[in-house]
Amino acid sequence: MLGSHLVTLIVFSGLVSTVFALLLRDTTSERLRFGLTAFAAFVLSTLVIGWLTNPFPR
Amino acid sequence: MSDTGAAVAARDSSRTVAAGLLAWVFPGLGHLYLRRRGKGLLLMASLVALFVMGVAMKSRLAMHLGLEDPLALLFGLAQVGAGAPYVIARLLGYELGEVTSPSYEYGNTFTAVAGLLNILVILDALDTARGVKDRKEA
Repeated sequence: MLGSHLVTLIVFSGLVSTVFALLLRDTTSERLRFGLTAFAAFVLSTLVIGWLTNPFPR
Repeated sequence: MSDTGAAVAARDSSRTVAAGLLAWVFPGLGHLYLRRRGKGLLLMASLVALFVMGVAMKSRLAMHLGLEDPLALLFGLAQVGAGAPYVIARLLGYELGEVTSPSYEYGNTFTAVAGLLNILVILDALDTARGVKDRKEA
């Protein structure tokens, strides 16, 4: 549906980060900062883990 | 406790139960009931989008009952946490998914995570109703 693994990752990370930010922080600025940090952590950690598993295709 | 105090406690208790039930019936509804309009609408949009995309990616929704495969049972319970979207998707005939689809596992992840996140949202609604959460939030 979402076309590519990367787009799926970005959409998933964005939605989950939004929920976490709303639940775990109380003010708008804190939520924005936390949400962006969580989103970056989701995307970057997935890319790094994907890159590290590259030598092990099976 | 005075009569007035007992009445207030009973009202607070029923408000807490209502918020928790509404939060499970539909994601974000508990927060809307508690007049946290912005937060409720954003939670609703995020969780419904997550669940609907999971269904569109051919997720399996059939509940696995029985303890011979506990992980499948837990997976089903996680999806049930999404509330009405889960029931509606099943009523519309999406329960089997499509295991041969390339997006099948992604769909499973989306629907299960939507349900698990909604369980956190239910707990947050209960805390908000009980006054545990900070009153200043939106």
